[in-house]
Amino acid sequence: MIYNFFYNLFGSEIIAGFISAALPLLIFILPFALIAVLLERKVAGHMQDRLGPMRVGYHGILQTIADIIKLLQKEDIIARENDKLLFNIAPILVFAGSYAAFAAIPFTSAYIGANIDLGIFYIIAVTGLVVAGILMAGWASNNKYSLLGAMRSAAQIVSYEIPTILVVLTLVMFTGTTNLMTLSENQTALFWNWNIFGGPELSLAKFLLIPFMIIAFLIIYISTLAEVNRTPFDIPEAESELVSGYHTEYSGMKFAMFFLAEYANMFAVSAIVSALFFGGYHSPFGYLGNTLDIQWLIPVEQFFWFTFKGVFFVFVQMWLRWTLPRLRVDQLMTASWKYLIPIAFVNLLIVGIITLI
Amino acid sequence: MKEYFNNIYTALYTIFVGMKITFRHLFIPAVTIQYPDVKLKLPERERNRLYVNMDDCIGCDQCSRACPVSCIEIETVKSIPGEDLGKTSNGKKKVLWVTKFNIDFAKCCYCQLCVFPCPTECIYMTDVYEFSEYERENLIYDFVTLTPEEREQKKLNFEKFMAEKAAADAAAKQAPKDEPKKEA
Repeated sequence: MIYNFFYNLFGSEIIAGFISAALPLLIFILPFALIAVLLERKVAGHMQDRLGPMRVGYHGILQTIADIIKLLQKEDIIARENDKLLFNIAPILVFAGSYAAFAAIPFTSAYIGANIDLGIFYIIAVTGLVVAGILMAGWASNNKYSLLGAMRSAAQIVSYEIPTILVVLTLVMFTGTTNLMTLSENQTALFWNWNIFGGPELSLAKFLLIPFMIIAFLIIYISTLAEVNRTPFDIPEAESELVSGYHTEYSGMKFAMFFLAEYANMFAVSAIVSALFFGGYHSPFGYLGNTLDIQWLIPVEQFFWFTFKGVFFVFVQMWLRWTLPRLRVDQLMTASWKYLIPIAFVNLLIVGIITLI
Repeated sequence: MKEYFNNIYTALYTIFVGMKITFRHLFIPAVTIQYPDVKLKLPERERNRLYVNMDDCIGCDQCSRACPVSCIEIETVKSIPGEDLGKTSNGKKKVLWVTKFNIDFAKCCYCQLCVFPCPTECIYMTDVYEFSEYERENLIYDFVTLTPEEREQKKLNFEKFMAEKAAADAAAKQAPKDEPKKEA
């Protein structure tokens, strides 16, 4: 584990802990956000037969870096009527909430922030901070659009948490663990062992499970999409109605923190979906490190597959964004309470029965 | 109940139809034209910034009179005998010094009405359309090829010539009264 490596290197638990905790932020989330913002704009552009950013660097690859420098230089505007304390805490809370989720996500078999047995449960609990932060931001802005956006966001996240948890429950029931590391390890070897194909055990139940696993995957994908406030569930920041929702009043680095949190969240959600259904960091075709007998190559490959799966689901999120129009508030609630939750419930029961036989 | 499942089916089906369409568009070449680097070919009879070829201008003032927004200002001075102004490209003899030929492109409406009356075809539309300025005064274009000193010189020359002529006339008539000098 990386933590032990740093512990041996520095001989101090505190330094090792700090470095180990900062690793995902520095080497993963920040570069990922830079790439994802550019990818989003490029994908958006090409899907609309445009080019996207083209000016900064070759085909605009330095565009996000230029944007970050611009945001750093910007004035930090705080309106007079804001609730200063909440206003300043909110972006930090939102970012902390989405960053804390990375603690329990296994990046490779050699690195996980905290290998806790309640992994997936912890992630669901800690991302609740994001709702609090968003509500705080909307309330403290003292702006009707911000508050409306924040309230919509809270309602939406709370509603869509239920189908998410029901699907997670299905998976937990099926695999018998909430530890994401063990969950990923169970799905090792070929892609046929992934949970979406009914898990590693070869039996009749495996084949019976496949359609229900696909349903479960669709439900968790839709509801996590809603939880990260992405189109078609982006009514909290509906540009055409609410300016930009809860972060209307924010500028400069505080806005950048919301932005970063949004992209970190997108990846966290994709990583969870891939850990639950698509084997987490595991390669679908076996490892080059095993065939060549180079042990250190395996975590590198695992990191590649983890990133690949995460970025692929992020890409699908972007793809959906430029495909589907925004849902109305009542449609949003209908989709969650009348469709996703009952189906998730029935699915939970069926998967339970199939696992028993 | 049937409607419920029908809704689910339609939702999923239409999402996949939409995703198929957007995915196809991902590979369609972009229609963007990278403007400052790549420019579209202008139409054959495009109307942009005017240009006046002063070598051909005879100072007839017809373009100024044709202008619906009065953006062309022309002042001319007659040449004195002995000065050769040359000929225009279509063989007209020039007799006037053009001392002022200003076109205010802030006013110009690019109607091309000034182009048709010109007897020597010296005022015409070019293909230049990128000439925005921060100051409105910078949009007043001076087309006269003479330097400011030369313009003053031509005016003085003509006044002197007229004065001399008047004096000569007066001398010739032996008139007792001084005639008032005529302005050009």
